[in-house]
Amino acid sequence: MAQEENDRGFKIKDCALTAIATGRRAMNLRELRDIVQDIHPGSIYYHFWSGLLRPGYAPREYNNDFAAWAFYGLHDLRLAERLSVIDPTGGKDLESLRQELIDVVEERLDETEMVPWARRDRQFYFVRSQIVVFDTRVAIEQPEGLADVVKSMSTSSIFYHFIDARRRSDAQVDDFRAWLGGFTPRYDDLCSQLACVDPYFETLPELRDQLSAIMQDYFGGLSP
Amino acid sequence: MTALLDAYARIVGEDVIDQLHQLARGLQGVRVVNVNSTKVGGGVAEILTKFVPALNELGIPASWEVINGQPDFYQCTKGFHNGIQGNQVEIPDRLLWVFERTNEENAEKLRPVLEEADIVIIHDPQPAPLLRYCPNRKGKWIWRCHIDASHPYRPVWRYLRDFVNEYDASIYSLAAFVQPHPRNVYIIPPSIDPLTDKNIPLNQEDILEVQERFKIDPDRPMILQVSRFDRFKDPIGVVHAYRLAKKFVPGLQLVLAGGGASDDPEGEIVYNEVQTAAAGDPDIHVLILPADAHLVINALQRAADIVLQKSTREGFGLTVTEAMWKGKPVIGGNTGGIRIQLFNHYTGFLVDTPEGAALRIRYLLFNQAAMRQMGENAREFVRENFLLTRHLREYLTLIVTLLHDIEDRIELV
Repeated sequence: MAQEENDRGFKIKDCALTAIATGRRAMNLRELRDIVQDIHPGSIYYHFWSGLLRPGYAPREYNNDFAAWAFYGLHDLRLAERLSVIDPTGGKDLESLRQELIDVVEERLDETEMVPWARRDRQFYFVRSQIVVFDTRVAIEQPEGLADVVKSMSTSSIFYHFIDARRRSDAQVDDFRAWLGGFTPRYDDLCSQLACVDPYFETLPELRDQLSAIMQDYFGGLSP
Repeated sequence: MTALLDAYARIVGEDVIDQLHQLARGLQGVRVVNVNSTKVGGGVAEILTKFVPALNELGIPASWEVINGQPDFYQCTKGFHNGIQGNQVEIPDRLLWVFERTNEENAEKLRPVLEEADIVIIHDPQPAPLLRYCPNRKGKWIWRCHIDASHPYRPVWRYLRDFVNEYDASIYSLAAFVQPHPRNVYIIPPSIDPLTDKNIPLNQEDILEVQERFKIDPDRPMILQVSRFDRFKDPIGVVHAYRLAKKFVPGLQLVLAGGGASDDPEGEIVYNEVQTAAAGDPDIHVLILPADAHLVINALQRAADIVLQKSTREGFGLTVTEAMWKGKPVIGGNTGGIRIQLFNHYTGFLVDTPEGAALRIRYLLFNQAAMRQMGENAREFVRENFLLTRHLREYLTLIVTLLHDIEDRIELV
């Protein structure tokens, strides 16, 4: 991000997802593999990430929809564990994520004599989403403002700036690091700390608390 | 005037209303028409009662039209409703002819409004053929299915499919309910209106007055199911669960309150079955309430210790949402949209049998602290996810998408 863009400050945005059915569903593991091969890439994204924004109380024990279905739908704990460990972060694009998913499923199909199947009312429904981005009318001029603003951001705003951002930028980094990077090298330490936050295993409120704590520690410790 | 939106802002926060205004900014003057088959009774009518004025306050001229028919028409559409939910119903050709003829007659009356509208939202199968009778339509047409269509009786679905596949988009309440369509299918759960008589806060005197009117003892525990007298709502199963729980809670009372809907001819048959099952037990109160008895239903829900919705099939289960909004733990059938509202030990319990319901009734009545905590969780869960403002936001998003051919991302900044 160029310095002149940084001069314009950091606008806090919010977002909401609207789910769109693809009309495709899997009742067993082979069907899941076949559909994953050519499903809209937005559906791969949806089933890895949108669970963070969906209403619910279920613990993120299996932190993507494929792993959760393997456990609750197919009752295949071994597969659920393998799918859970697929990491959608770390610079992967959706096509490489799709391939990794297919590899894990095919490995499991090779191991099993019977194709695992789900009950009729526990099928896997492939969904993709549309994102709508809102203006919160909140902006900060300087990075120091992050210390106060992050703790009061909505969870969907955290999703937009810390998770959705990776899909929007070529560098696949969150919006905070993209903005702070324009002040290099002054905030490189902070960027390194933010890079260590794993967004995949936390709920959004937990993620907000973690980001807020990092910002507050960092800016609270800076000498005036 | 934005009195309605101001009132919502006091419940959900200014930022939520601001998001609606941002979405509506590009839709000023866009004419939206909703069509269903009943003005009173049932969840669709309740949603539209506030949905339409809220759209108008956002600067989107919206209206609500109702199609009319004779008893044969409703007999046919009740068959569709049951068939879409998977019941094997045979609908004679004579009734199908009445169905199409009734839509054709209604189209004669509504055609000028429908053909001029920018967006037409058709609710459920009853008015679905209207599109076919509006050949000069200018706008985009959306079919909104409020029913669980996950496993329809195929002959019924094949017949209806020819009508609904012509729409520009369709909406279902859950991904699991969706049937394939040639164009985009949106997943939009319904909502409740916190400002309607059924959901506004009541004072204790009003609640006591309703209890006295129906001879419900306010000093003894009471469980409640509010729903039409419909086999899919399993009122007989509720009576069974009550009997099992009453062995352990002798003072227990059960209220089954059924609202009538003008498009449901089966209600009386099921009501008589429930009366037979109740067998004169003075602690079972089977109430037939008029469609506009919203304040009475509100008072009964607030008076209840636990609310049940032991459906075996359910579109979404707005009575579950209403009870949760009143801070009540809910015991619901493990089906349909109830599954995305009830989380065991957090907002209530999902059950598959009357025995399961009885077990959870006992558990809650003997664990008052857990009951209170679940009630509080339930109310906040509804505030965040199932109020009318969220529903409006998703409809506005869909309208923006359809009118501007947007695929994945809408940037309002």
